[in-house]
Amino acid sequence: MSQEENKTKEESRRDFMMKVSLGLGGVAALAVSVPVVGALVAPLLENKPEVWRTVGKPDDFPVGETQLVRFENADPKAWAGMTARTAAWLRHDTEGHFIAFSVNCTHLGCPVRWEADAELFMCPCHGGVYYRDGSVASGPPPKELQRYAVRVEQGQVQIGTGPIPITNFGDEQAS
Amino acid sequence: MSVLQNIGNWLDDRLGWSENIMPLIKHPVPPGAKWAYVFGSATLFCFILQVVTGIGLSLLYQPSSADAFESLKFITNQATFGRVLRGIHFFGASGMVIMVGIHMIRVYIMAAYKYPREMSWISGVFLFFLTIIMGFTGQLLRWDSNGVWSSVVAAQNLGRVPLIGTGLARLLLGGDTIGAQTLSRFFAYHVFLFPALIFLFVGVHLYLVFYHGISEPPKAGQLVDPKTYRAWYNDMLKRVGVPFWPDAAWRDALFGALVILAIVGLAVFVGPPELTQPPDPSIINTSPAPDWYMLPVFALFALVPPATESYLIFLGPVLMVVALLALPFVSNKGERSPIRRPWAVFGVACVIVFMGALLYVGEREPWSPHFDTKPLAQVINYANPKLKQGAILFHDKGCQYCHEVGGQGGITGPSLTHIGRTWTTDQIKVQIVNGATGMPAYGGMLSNKELTDLVNFLHAQQ
Ligand code: FES
Repeated sequence: MSQEENKTKEESRRDFMMKVSLGLGGVAALAVSVPVVGALVAPLLENKPEVWRTVGKPDDFPVGETQLVRFENADPKAWAGMTARTAAWLRHDTEGHFIAFSVNCTHLGCPVRWEADAELFMCPCHGGVYYRDGSVASGPPPKELQRYAVRVEQGQVQIGTGPIPITNFGDEQAS
Repeated sequence: MSVLQNIGNWLDDRLGWSENIMPLIKHPVPPGAKWAYVFGSATLFCFILQVVTGIGLSLLYQPSSADAFESLKFITNQATFGRVLRGIHFFGASGMVIMVGIHMIRVYIMAAYKYPREMSWISGVFLFFLTIIMGFTGQLLRWDSNGVWSSVVAAQNLGRVPLIGTGLARLLLGGDTIGAQTLSRFFAYHVFLFPALIFLFVGVHLYLVFYHGISEPPKAGQLVDPKTYRAWYNDMLKRVGVPFWPDAAWRDALFGALVILAIVGLAVFVGPPELTQPPDPSIINTSPAPDWYMLPVFALFALVPPATESYLIFLGPVLMVVALLALPFVSNKGERSPIRRPWAVFGVACVIVFMGALLYVGEREPWSPHFDTKPLAQVINYANPKLKQGAILFHDKGCQYCHEVGGQGGITGPSLTHIGRTWTTDQIKVQIVNGATGMPAYGGMLSNKELTDLVNFLHAQQ
């Protein structure tokens, strides 16, 4: 073998090894990123079932009144503490018939307050106001208050847990 | 002496200090770069301050949704110097936002982003947004009721991004409700992800400062020409350049020290923001409001027409980023002096006035119902029982949250102190029953008697 030949062989060998190392490096990076990205996007992959939470007996809620009820959200992890709690405005509309409104303003999610005497929901953040049926009375909210499922089961009022309602781009103005 | 010298020489030989680092520290800079140039380094000092105090806080903080609030109470009330530590970190954030803002304005007004420093500007724009993000994620880590609801507001903002909005909101909250995962997310963002990005961009930003040199103070009529600028700049440095250390650096050091002392002073004498209620999402009697640097945005969201809001929330930031990134390419040569660029100065003035005005209204929140206004009937003694009834209704029906009478009440709606002088009872009645833009229609919520009492009460306000 001439020296010339030796050199080209050495070069192509180096070239090959370089490609192998780059390729392996890529595989290693990919292997590591799978669990990391997995941890990042986990909230998108988990599907949480709707869970029914008991909030009281029908008699606890006088007809025509709207009250705050507190219950546990659908996915209370052991270390959630009080943050696993959530709330809804429950209205005993007509005898035996209930409506549950989300406490989240449809504008930017602030907690709306039921002003019983005025019969209005009012938002402290940017002055959004809703009528007692949840429709927009004034202010910036783009749509009416979201509702949760409610049922009366075995003499108990139950609310279907749900996600925090996210208002999407272009949601139409209610009213 | 010679022993010390020997040790010094040994270290220098092994570390390469005088060969590699000293030239950087002594690199020549243009003369006349005076006090206007200290804000970039002050931002960096603030950032270092935030890293150091952040480490201190993380020794005491429990980043879990269940325990964070208690650990914050501990830090604030019990931990040795904890209150001051929190205070420094809080005011340090404000300091960093202010310094980065001034630095950016200075660079824009002196057009230091022009050739060849386009990438310095771009890395700076990223640093600006990262600073804002850090401020916001940091506020949430306070994890009192304000922190919890701010995270909902942040998620809602993301929700307005077309198509992927709900997904983004979920990623932010770590699920579809506030819960165990939420604070872990914000903690990871605030403590690992975004600081790492800041370190990265600060590295690039500083490297570019050394590579291109500090921009010379602009002179009217001295145009930047990409073809000749570099040669001219190097030549100028050779002729009149002064070593960065000590000729220019002492101002940075002095100003930085003053800024940090001011921050520590505020932390000691004013203290960190009070914690509000615990982070229980079912506690709804709370009025979430962001820290001051986000307040203008908060105000903007209250004031723009609702129909345009989704576009604003989504397109506003996008356009802002695009405009800022495009700037050095749109104008990368020519005049740099602010005297010859009056529109640039005018634009900056407009932005400052606009943000200042929004900050001011954000502080006053003139759109918010004043839930805590004192019932009129408690303040004024009404002899006439009818009037008294009207005054009680005026408060209980929520009118007083938005309208004031005799100095009591909200400022959302017009004052009704003299409404009776110009409005007839019929006009008042129609308005109450039908409402108006910005006012609910009370028709379905008042009995005839209540309506009459209310109208009579208002008409008596002469
Ligand atoms: S969040 Fe309710 S009005 Fe803005």
